[in-house]
Amino acid sequence: METLEFILHNLPAIGQRTLEHISIVGVAVGAAIVTGVPIGIAITQSKRAADVVLYIASMIMTIPSIALFGVMIPVLSLIGHGIGYLPAVIAVLLYSQLPIIRNTYTAISNVDPALREAARGMGMSTLERLRQVEIPLAVPVIMAGVRVAVVINIGITAIATYIGAGGLGAFISRGISQTDSRQLITGALTVSLLAIVADYTLLWLQHRLTPAGIRVARHRTRRPRTQSLPA
Amino acid sequence: MIRLDNLTKAFATPAGPVVAADRVSMDVADGEICVLLGPSGCGKTTTLKMINRLIEPTSGKIYIDGKDTDDYDPVELRRTIGYVIQQIGLFPNMTVEQNICVVPKLLGWDHEKAKRRARELLETINLDPALFLARYPKELSGGQQQRVGVARALAADPPVLLMDEPFGAIDPINREVIQDEFLKMHRRLKKTVMFVSHDIDEAVKMADKVAIFRAGKLEQFASPDQILAHPANTFIADFVGSDRTLKRLRLVRVGDALEPRAPTVVASDPLERVRELMHEHGQKIMVVVDALGRPQGYLDRDVVANLSGSAAEHRASLPATVRVEDDLRTAVSRMFMHDVRWMACIDRDGVFTGFVSQRGITRLLGETYRASGGAH
Repeated sequence: METLEFILHNLPAIGQRTLEHISIVGVAVGAAIVTGVPIGIAITQSKRAADVVLYIASMIMTIPSIALFGVMIPVLSLIGHGIGYLPAVIAVLLYSQLPIIRNTYTAISNVDPALREAARGMGMSTLERLRQVEIPLAVPVIMAGVRVAVVINIGITAIATYIGAGGLGAFISRGISQTDSRQLITGALTVSLLAIVADYTLLWLQHRLTPAGIRVARHRTRRPRTQSLPA
Repeated sequence: MIRLDNLTKAFATPAGPVVAADRVSMDVADGEICVLLGPSGCGKTTTLKMINRLIEPTSGKIYIDGKDTDDYDPVELRRTIGYVIQQIGLFPNMTVEQNICVVPKLLGWDHEKAKRRARELLETINLDPALFLARYPKELSGGQQQRVGVARALAADPPVLLMDEPFGAIDPINREVIQDEFLKMHRRLKKTVMFVSHDIDEAVKMADKVAIFRAGKLEQFASPDQILAHPANTFIADFVGSDRTLKRLRLVRVGDALEPRAPTVVASDPLERVRELMHEHGQKIMVVVDALGRPQGYLDRDVVANLSGSAAEHRASLPATVRVEDDLRTAVSRMFMHDVRWMACIDRDGVFTGFVSQRGITRLLGETYRASGGAH
């Protein structure tokens, strides 16, 4: 009850923190899509490159976020951004790579070889084939990767408050240090709520971006999901 | 015209190079359908894919209309060659219209022109444009999908069409229908077609020329009738089957096997007149026709020898007739079914045009063996 009261009295602050949170995750995942999708497509050309890249991306995933933040402090201090927004965005960017690269790679390499053959045989260049056939067909799976990245990183961003990046984690950290369960619960609730809302919004977007011709068949296509979550 | 000149492809494998196509040479004339035939792994598909350079030849040349295909950029080349594959490969994210317009778009056609072309092609393949243009491939049956696949290959009106077992995945009933449709379309469009198949019956039905491959080598390149009547070696003889002479029945129209036109009588003719005519023409059988020339029945010399009256009174009914445009297989099948040695043939309007007989067919099929001076 008192938590509810706290929430009602602090709506503007919660809104502010939520925006910070969204800004970190949004910018970082956006940048991760811009980098991860081309990487995922590029590594379909070579099994060896794919193994190496996916291995590195998986390794990054195993680094505890608090350790990653710590490691970045001395490095980014060189450009005067040891703590705050930038390291948070970089961490989220790195954690987003695995689901996005892996899903892109899987989706593109799972495109029916007959379609690739037909596209080549009809005289499409590699880029035309990617743009007209392979990427449109891969969109649902790539978007599933983006959703996983967003949900994971909404959680990770909650920890970024310890390096002064703000976000909804501020309520949780303060709740812990002040043994104030109202703030703690507020933080936990809003982070969870944000993750759920983001997931559903992206699911909706995924449906919208899926070409109409494969929408019905969609549930039959294998949708690889990233299971591993960072500590 | 397509000319393959000493075309060779060797694939490097861990076990050493494997020659998939070994010095293949052939000429396919404009407007002909050439079926590349053989068991799997014989090099027929490799040969086909070298024509649009999906596979680059190790050595040898390919000329289309006298021009060396090596002089083209492979991507540009492929846009001028229609390509149909067994798995069809319609792009599921595109509508039927978008699928058909792929090559026109790649060639930079004006949007309206491409749309018009898609409509026109759907009509050609007997799919109502109003119903099908906006559909997605998954909303079509297998047969409809392959029709669209053929339409897509024809979209930019390429002079050459490559087809890699195009009807292989379609059920036998629909396959016959689509083959017939394709042949009908081909008679109008006169494309030069290279067609990979492993089915001798399909080859006999579709081909002007058949190229039989074994282990990368072109074993025989000839007309279907030549291959069936004179297989070059025992491998081909086995491949085309021990019933190869029966398969030749498919290649001949009833109209080409007709006995010299026999005289007819009408129902009111008296038997005396019938006997006179039979004697005069040395005929054992006389067909009775109506005023429009349609067969009504027949008279047998032995039966009418000592009878009197009119043809109408004694005529026996014809158990079956066959149309001139049917193939001999149909005719022979019907003869066996009705246990007769001959049949009356009729044209499109049902008018009697002559007989086809078992003896006549045997003689016709045997001509080629007698000419070559030996039986195979």
